[in-house]
Amino acid sequence: MPDNDQLMKDTVMKMPVPSFDDPAFTEPPPLQEARVAIVTTAALSRKGGVSNWQLQDFHFETLPSDARDLELGHVSPNFDRSGFHADINVVYPIDRLEELAAESVIGSVASNHYAFAGNQSDSVSELRLDTGPACAAQMLKDEVDVVLLTPV
Amino acid sequence: MSTLAHVFEAAGLSTVVITPMRFIAEKMKTPRSLYAEFPLGLPLGKPRDAKFQRDVLRAAFALLERPEGPVLEDFPESIQGKDSEPLVCLLPPRFNPDLHPAVDEAKALRSAYDRAIAVNGRTSVGRVVTADEIPSALEKFVRIADGEPWDQHGFDGPLMFVAHDIRTYYEELVFEITDSDFEAWGAERWFYEKTEAGKLIFEVSQKMKEEGAPPMEWYMLAPGSRH
Repeated sequence: MPDNDQLMKDTVMKMPVPSFDDPAFTEPPPLQEARVAIVTTAALSRKGGVSNWQLQDFHFETLPSDARDLELGHVSPNFDRSGFHADINVVYPIDRLEELAAESVIGSVASNHYAFAGNQSDSVSELRLDTGPACAAQMLKDEVDVVLLTPV
Repeated sequence: MSTLAHVFEAAGLSTVVITPMRFIAEKMKTPRSLYAEFPLGLPLGKPRDAKFQRDVLRAAFALLERPEGPVLEDFPESIQGKDSEPLVCLLPPRFNPDLHPAVDEAKALRSAYDRAIAVNGRTSVGRVVTADEIPSALEKFVRIADGEPWDQHGFDGPLMFVAHDIRTYYEELVFEITDSDFEAWGAERWFYEKTEAGKLIFEVSQKMKEEGAPPMEWYMLAPGSRH
């Protein structure tokens, strides 16, 4: 069977991507003082929320830091989904962050984390103008410094 | 993901992306990217391997020390899924010969699924059908394979969502019945190549393709490389 990962990479390589002129580059505090949040595109939700995700979906879900009853809503058949079923940390490394905070490698773990769908519009204008800034505002309110982004 | 990184940086947050696609980080000038050549769906590389996951996180967070961007570094270890074998496990023997083998199989595997739920405390089955409805969903796939029009399936959602639920049911329970170590794509290969349910869903996808169904309807019933 052909390599499905390579097939997807070849497909994505041909797709147009948005450009960002003069992109921002925000200097973080020292890692030992930084408050860290996770943002993933695995379309995660809490128990009972998996049917919230639609074929093209621009909303995001808020995941409290102590939640482990997470469901995978990303329906594409073109990624390994069994890793998440075996261990959520391979997509959403919440337990690893808690350990790094306990070891004072990072300052603290954010109160909430966030999940988007991977299937956005071609222009990604919703992410740029609406849901992306709204998610950023929630994280700033929680005094987050650093965002770890995990795509699926 | 790179779009979100740019939006977050503009809002005053520092970001690190763990990406399996180096060319995207290069094209989009993602502020900070750790290129991790891992199979899609496994950004931290290895499930149930806390040390490996911590190593990936430490490599990602190290990028925050750079004074200027964009920053793009490679994680030193890669993982390939292209040559992995299907997970090895015994499937239940036929119990009710009056049922289609896929329906009989799904019913017999229910106790393994329930054990997986008890162990994990979660399930991703439920986009369209619940675990209780998996056998009847497979009966519908049987009828489509036997000639019933696919576009009159009657589910409360797209057929690909139902296939997602069935595959998820199997891929959650498989870790309760296999002694194989985790391998990327191993569960997917087990599902489509070894189980009656996976074979049935793929058969339906090919029948829909032959009948001229819209590509999105049949293509998404199985990974692209299988078509």
